Parts: sequence; C-alpha cells; structure tokens
Amino acid sequence: MQLLEVKNLEVSFALRQGDLVALNDISFSLGKKERLGVVGESGAGKSVTGFAVINLISKPGKITNGEILFEGKRLDTLSEKEMRTIRGNRISMIFQDPMMTLNPVLTIGTQMVETLQAHRKISQKEAEAVAVKKLERVHIPSPARRLSQYPHEFSGGMRQRIIIAIALLTDPSIIIADEPTTALDVTIQAEIMDLLQELCNSEDMGLMLITHDLGVVAEVTERVLVMYAGKIIETAKTSDLVSNPLHPYTRGLMNALPGHGTCDTANRLQQIPGTMPNLTEIAPGCSFHPRCEHCQDICSSEVPQLRKISGNDSRFVSCHFAEEGWQNG
Amino acid sequence: MQTKRQKIKDSYLLYSFRRDKVAIVSATILALFLFAALFAPMLAPYDPYDVTSIDIMDAEIPPSWMEGGESRFFLGTDIMGRDLLSTMLYGLRISVAIGIGAVFLQAFIGIAIGLASGYLGGRVDAVLMRIADVQLSFSTLMVAIIVSAIVQVAFGVGRYEQIAVPLLIVIIGIAEWPQYARTVRASVLGEKNKEYVEAARVIGLDSKRIMFSHILPNTLSPVLVISTVQVANAVMSEAALSFLGLGMPVSMPSIGSLINAGFEYIFSGAWWITFFPAMLLIVFILVINLLGDWLRDVLNPKLYKG
Repeated sequence: MQLLEVKNLEVSFALRQGDLVALNDISFSLGKKERLGVVGESGAGKSVTGFAVINLISKPGKITNGEILFEGKRLDTLSEKEMRTIRGNRISMIFQDPMMTLNPVLTIGTQMVETLQAHRKISQKEAEAVAVKKLERVHIPSPARRLSQYPHEFSGGMRQRIIIAIALLTDPSIIIADEPTTALDVTIQAEIMDLLQELCNSEDMGLMLITHDLGVVAEVTERVLVMYAGKIIETAKTSDLVSNPLHPYTRGLMNALPGHGTCDTANRLQQIPGTMPNLTEIAPGCSFHPRCEHCQDICSSEVPQLRKISGNDSRFVSCHFAEEGWQNG
Repeated sequence: MQTKRQKIKDSYLLYSFRRDKVAIVSATILALFLFAALFAPMLAPYDPYDVTSIDIMDAEIPPSWMEGGESRFFLGTDIMGRDLLSTMLYGLRISVAIGIGAVFLQAFIGIAIGLASGYLGGRVDAVLMRIADVQLSFSTLMVAIIVSAIVQVAFGVGRYEQIAVPLLIVIIGIAEWPQYARTVRASVLGEKNKEYVEAARVIGLDSKRIMFSHILPNTLSPVLVISTVQVANAVMSEAALSFLGLGMPVSMPSIGSLINAGFEYIFSGAWWITFFPAMLLIVFILVINLLGDWLRDVLNPKLYKG
C-alpha cells in the first residue's frame, strides 16, 4: 500500500466570476522513503496541491472532486478535528521562508513543546527532551541551550533546520516541503537538501518537495510531477525526465536552466515565451498551446490526455505529439 | 537567574528609559503617587472616613502657610472640616482603583472581542464591529449618566455609596472597550496572514490556541500603549462623572468629587479645596500620558520623535 495516494483531485475556488479550477484531475502517489518532486511556474498549483493533501485550502477554495488516501484512509472527508490529529502529526509541512514561519515572540522551546503537546499527552520535561533530540538530529549545536532562545537569535539556515526539527517532532510519515530553500543562499540550500534526503532514509519518511528549481529536483527526488495551469502535464522518474523531457513545457524549463561553466553570450539562456495564463482564461485545447513552439491545429481544439508513453511504465505525458521526434528538431 | 537579571539590565527598554529624562521624572512621580495611593491609610494624618474625628468647626481652614492656617492641617480643610491632604490621598486611592479596574475590564472585553473579530472574520467580525461602533457612538458620559442615574434611583442614595466603586468600574469599562477591540482587531488582521500563523495551523493547533498563544502576544505592544492612555482616560472620566455629581459620593470622595465639592466655595475664598485636588489630577494624568508617549516611541521604533 502506498503511503499517500491522490486520485483525480480537483480543487476549485468560488470567485465572483464563477468557479476557478485551480487543480484539475491530479493523481499521484507517494511511498515510504520516496522523494517526489512537484515542479512548475508560480501559480501552477504546486502549493495548492500540498495544502490540499492536508486539507487546509483557504476559503473560498475547496476540494470539489477526487480523493486523498493516507495509509488507505480518506483524508478529504475527515472532520476538522480528526484532521488536526493527522496534520502536523502524521503529515508535516515546511514552508518557504524560515524568517516568517516561527513566531517571533515565543522561544523555540515553547513552540516545540506546544507542537508536541498538541498531539501527545506528554509532560513539559519529556517534551523538551524530545525537542533536544530532534534539534540534535538536524545538527543544531548545543540544542539544550538553544531551547530558551528566540527565533531572531538564529541565522536563516538554522531557522529552517529548526522548522524541520519541529516538523520531525511527532515522527511524521510524510513531509511536504513547500519551496524549503527558496529564501536561503545556495550553500545553505545544499545543506538543507542533504538533511532532508538523509532524514527521508533514516526515518522512513516520504518527502513531497514542491519547488520551481529543476536543479534541486534533479538532485534530490526520485520521481517528479511537472504541473502547468493546475494540471499534471508530465510525470516520470527524475532521471528519465532530466535526460529526455517529452513535453515541450518541460523541455522549455530544462532549457531555461543555466548550464554549467558556460559563460559565452552566444549561448544565452533560453526562455519560454509568454507567461502562464490566468486560470480564469485558459485557452481551449492544450493549456500550453499559446506558448508552445510546436503548436499544431489539434493543440488548440483538443485537450491532450495524460497518457502512458509506450516502453516506459512510469512515464506519463499530456501532449499530442509526445512520441514524435520533434524534440530533436 | 543571573542571566535573566542581566537580560533585563541589557534590555532596550531600560536603556532608552535611562536616557529619557522626561520618562524618568514621570515614572518617579507616578511611582510616588501610586505609593501614596496604596499606603494612604498609613500616610494620611487623619482618616477622612472616620466621622467621629471630624469637627465641623474646623471647616474651611486655609493651608498652614496662609493667614489663619493651622499646622494641624497642612493643606487646610474642606467644608466638612476634613483634612484636605488626607482626603486627597484617600481620593487618589479611589481614583486609581477605579482607573485601573476599568482598564482591566476594558482590556478583557476589548481583547477578547477584537481577537475573535479579527481572527474569525466574516460575519462574526461584521457583527462585533458594528456593536463596537454603536457603543462608541454613545459617549462615555452619556452611558454613565444614564446608568448611574438609574442605579441611584433603584438602590437609593444610601446603598449607592457601597456600590459606587464597582459600578463606576463597570460603567467606564463598558463604555470604552471598543478602543481595545479596534486596536487589537487591527493588529490581528496584520498578524493573521503571516506565515507563522499558517505554520501553526499546519502543525495542527486549534484556533483557540493559535489566537491566544500565537497571535495575542504579537499584538500586545499597541495594547500596552493604549492601556496607559486608557488609565488616564478612565481616571478623567471618573473625575468628570464625580464632578457632575454622578460619581463618588461626597462622603467617600474621589479626586473628582473633591474638586466638585470645593468648586461651590471657590468664590467665597476657599480656593484650596478645589485647587489642590485639581493640581493632583492634572499632574497624575500628565505623567501617565508622558509615560505612554515614551512607551509608544520605544515599542514602535519606526516612529521618530519629531
């Protein structure tokens, strides 16, 4: 049984202009120790996917279709009270900006003890002992002394590690990391990613890594979902996707990565022309077709289905021409 | 606990306090007043509530340094022959008690409503804030006049004396809670979309916990600042009510009722009965407001002193 299974998930936001479908027919699964990447531009629905899993989509949004199974149990139908026993306990989430996610007026000890006490019947002393152990786990030096310090006394990288430690407190099965390193510099980013990877293995956790950085995805994850305008447009093993992206959008994303060691102006960074459409005005047919350089007539009339690519069981692409050899031309 | 002491010693609050002469002077005077109010029964030379010690023959004796003054009564006596200094000390005690009590009540109601209103939003917010608007559209004095007039009639003037202090606390507390509710709501609105609140929700904490242990501490600095102003306001409201004859009875005078009692005799030459309590009130309110200003500057470094 998979740890997490999401089937045909649809999330929409009831706006004045009508319903806005933010997630459309999203299906994926996550196993133990598995590291799954979710990539896409801003507004593609990556974070909404993360929040949908823990059923914390802010109003006016709501899950309108599909199901979310955690260890075989439906999450989307749970009451708020039942959901609280899962959220932060069995599934933890880490956010982008470590400067903002810790409460500035409470010591980290208070915040850690509070998290534990929200989920377990545990004394202050015991909770502190657990907190110290978890801080050690994320390589914070002299953790016992650190408990009485406030967030502003830590550097950005340390704060993010503290946040990871808080996420680990209750020994969750899944960690959802929503752009955990975007606000940090590159060396710290590598440290945090190594740490997450290491924890995944040692604690038997599933990791869902939401990011817009394909470099990070290539390094850390085993499987990847590429999202565009609320849909999954390509999913594959990370190695396959990186070596041979099939969807033109994925290819565009790959081309937009700075190469290593190249500095000549002739080899300028390629970009995908245009921006992602507003979700209220998605063109008919393939949602990517207005920006696609290989656009044909069929692209603007028929919605491509997410289909298996022959010869590779783990690979799905939603493009009419995925099998064709255009990627070489 | 050496470290904790050191922390207080090194804190910015103390540092800026030490460099601000106005704050030091105000705090000293306020401390003196509060001390005098707290220990009035021990400090006052006479007990103004003890009817047996009051002699009507001592009425309207001027302050001791004036012609006709007696050394027994340093600041003179009032129209009933009570020692003015003692009566003022006891009056200050009542004024302070009412001021602080009313502010606690205001803060309690206002913080709870402001927090609920800001955090829950939507319909709850709309209803609570309209109630606050309605409350604000009555002036404090109007509420007080209506309520105390009704209570005085209902309980009779004799019983009124016993319930005057808690009654005034309730009146002033209820009339002014929207100040707190609005301030708290505004800061809650600013705080509730910050990521740490979302993080707290993701951790699985319930709304009550998030409101009280995460958002509330982050909204306390404006609350602290308005609290100082509100104490001053409450003392003034009480004085105003008493001056109108709706506050403390003359047998148990607060500063306001003393001013009122003496006011009738100001033209007959007994100016001191009104003058000294009035000065006391002015200085008291002034130092609280000055301290409040200082506190606001310290807690909000973005505000520069002009």
